[in-house]
Amino acid sequence: MIAELGLAALWLAAAFAVVQLLLAWGGARASGIEGEHREAAEAEMMRALRRVALVQGLLALLSFMLLIALFVRSDMSVLLVAENSHSLKPLMYKVAGAWGNHEGSMLLWVTVLAVAGAGVAMFERRLAAGTLAATLGAQAAIGLGFYAFLGFASNPFVRLNPAAADGQGLNPLLQDPGLAFHPPTLYLGYVGLSVAFSFAVGALVMRDVGPAFARAMRPWVLGAWIFLTIGITAGSYWAYYELGWGGWWFWDPVENASLMPWLAATALLHSVTVLATRDGLRAWTLMLAVVAFSMSMIGTFLVRSGILVSVHAFAVDPTRGTFILALLGLYIGGALALFGARVGTVTQGSTFQLVSREGALVLNNLLLSVILGVVFIGTLYPLVAQAAGVQLSIGAPFFNKAIAPVALALVAATAIGPLLRWRRDNLNALLGKLLWPVAAAGVAFAFAFVLTGASHLLSVLGIAFAAGLAVASVLPLARRSLRRTPLHIWGMVVAHLGIAVSLGGMVADSAFTLERLAAVQVGDNVRVGPFQVALAEVRPTIGPNWSAVEARLTVRRGEGKPFDLFPQQRFFNTPPTNTSEAAIETMLDGQLYTVLGQGDDQGRWQLRLWWKPFVTLIWLGGGLIALGGLLALVGRVRRERRQADAEIYL
Amino acid sequence: MRAKHQRLVLGLLALAAIAGAALLALSALKDEAAFFYAPGDVAANPPPLDRGVRLGGMVETGSLKRRADGVSVAFVVTDGKARVPVAFRGVTPDLFREGSGVVAEGRFNRDGSFTADNLLAKHDERYMPPQIAGKMHKSDSIEQ
Repeated sequence: MIAELGLAALWLAAAFAVVQLLLAWGGARASGIEGEHREAAEAEMMRALRRVALVQGLLALLSFMLLIALFVRSDMSVLLVAENSHSLKPLMYKVAGAWGNHEGSMLLWVTVLAVAGAGVAMFERRLAAGTLAATLGAQAAIGLGFYAFLGFASNPFVRLNPAAADGQGLNPLLQDPGLAFHPPTLYLGYVGLSVAFSFAVGALVMRDVGPAFARAMRPWVLGAWIFLTIGITAGSYWAYYELGWGGWWFWDPVENASLMPWLAATALLHSVTVLATRDGLRAWTLMLAVVAFSMSMIGTFLVRSGILVSVHAFAVDPTRGTFILALLGLYIGGALALFGARVGTVTQGSTFQLVSREGALVLNNLLLSVILGVVFIGTLYPLVAQAAGVQLSIGAPFFNKAIAPVALALVAATAIGPLLRWRRDNLNALLGKLLWPVAAAGVAFAFAFVLTGASHLLSVLGIAFAAGLAVASVLPLARRSLRRTPLHIWGMVVAHLGIAVSLGGMVADSAFTLERLAAVQVGDNVRVGPFQVALAEVRPTIGPNWSAVEARLTVRRGEGKPFDLFPQQRFFNTPPTNTSEAAIETMLDGQLYTVLGQGDDQGRWQLRLWWKPFVTLIWLGGGLIALGGLLALVGRVRRERRQADAEIYL
Repeated sequence: MRAKHQRLVLGLLALAAIAGAALLALSALKDEAAFFYAPGDVAANPPPLDRGVRLGGMVETGSLKRRADGVSVAFVVTDGKARVPVAFRGVTPDLFREGSGVVAEGRFNRDGSFTADNLLAKHDERYMPPQIAGKMHKSDSIEQ
């Protein structure tokens, strides 16, 4: 019964999305009517529109909750549950199983979208009625595509007759708290960008682009960007400790699928600030909103269609692949067509000098666009080549070579931008302010050069840029009362500092990591960096739904107290899979990373050891970036609320 | 006039950024794209020796040998048409075994053998997006 209710709720939500689209059409037209009835008609329409959006959100949420209930009850008469869950799984992974698969994740997508739409309808008070109506209409149109996709190509509530005795289980790699909550985090980011996109469509339809529109859009962009940052950082750390290969970024298409929207959102975040504060970059901001959402759609669909893995996966379910391509073409093509048709009527905003905060933000946007372009080409080129009959792969060497120089230039722009004034500034004043950052970069360069030698020139440059950015990013706080500094300034400082910290970690990892691979018997010792690692014993062990071979490693650093690490090789039964569980010891100056490999017939075990100095800075920096976004979001929202209060008293 | 001017300059800058990205990507592509070879392709189309490529096929049954150091393996990759001997030093992936599919990343040597820096086994988590690994598992078992 639950499955049928869930499907019914989903179809009802789709029906309300149709009503929402029609009402929005009426609402946008009503705002054009002249005469005495206009205000009453408009208010009536908006009231109805708000209610419909709210009901649509609640229905989608109900449908998703019912799917979770099916997973929690392990209802094996539902195909999706039987394929992706197992009655013996821990409760947390039963819940996470609801979105750890294609159909469920698509339902999560549309649910977050519908709930966000309801949020816009209930709480957005800054936009003109017509623009809000057009925005909600765009939101409904996006949702309709997903409802159709769920209803016609990937229904999550299909019954299995006869019911399965038990489920096939969730991929063991997904049975990790980090990954259980990874997709929802990314989806919140993607959907935040879809709201920003709807705002842009609304503004284009009503020709209402200006600071008020930018201020309405900004919190959504900031929110989306925060979730994307958290999602990417957490995903990177998950890959690092769970896959046992010691790397933190693989330039895998799936990783790029989340990086591309982040890059676009970062650019949008900065340009929307120019629009909100200085009323500049109007058309550019609209374009970026369209691009950012396109990237999140392309990301979702690259991952979800299976097109990236092999051509076969695409052929397995042609309906799904075609549907996806059609939706992609419809949304992106439609938005670009609207942009093309209307951008000429968006009037020019304020102008500015080249040497100014706006100028630096334009530079930031251009460099981010270049990086986005390179990632986009590198991710999609293998698909294009494959269509032409050439099989090739593009990996880290390509991305490192093409992106590293642009990324360093971007770091320099990040350091300089906040030191400039809005509108106009002079070059001499800027050079004076850059004294400290440049000095810090010089000292770091000399220090790193002596330490590593000329062989790692790019790493040495990276360390110098990280040091320069770290100093430059806190300079905006100089000569300010720290207590009276607005929260959004703190946000910018913390986020930029986070970039410096993260960059420092990446460079330290690539330049100073030491690796040791050995086959050892119980009782043998291996050295890696400052550590002496002894294989003390190898024993079997057992968990809730796996069994494992576990090694006990006794580690001693110099004359320090020894400690134990327990890397494992795990075996899962449903589905039958092996995974390596790395054991990692985190210290102040880095991480010791240990992996247990296969045993051989002579009683030896493979051990893979890494000493990674300062590698944790990578994710610490990611956390700081997200925290900076959060501070900016809270600061902006509070500030605008205060301004709204002030207007009431005037 | 000034306002119009500025808009034009910004537009041109945006175009320059896109062109720059494309140029940068194409020049790096020329050097760094790793082409995919099956053993049968090697004779017809000799691979370059100085750059990374991928070699894909099945691990020939009975060919897998572990070296005395305990961390190196040698095996033969075959596609039914030709055979390529491969040497690899490191921990092999969990799903790497004889008779199973493998993709080796590395370089061809002058004598036609292959030295791998990295092995990706079929269904390897590093190779495959985890979210759809489960799906693939099913469609593969249907094919087999």
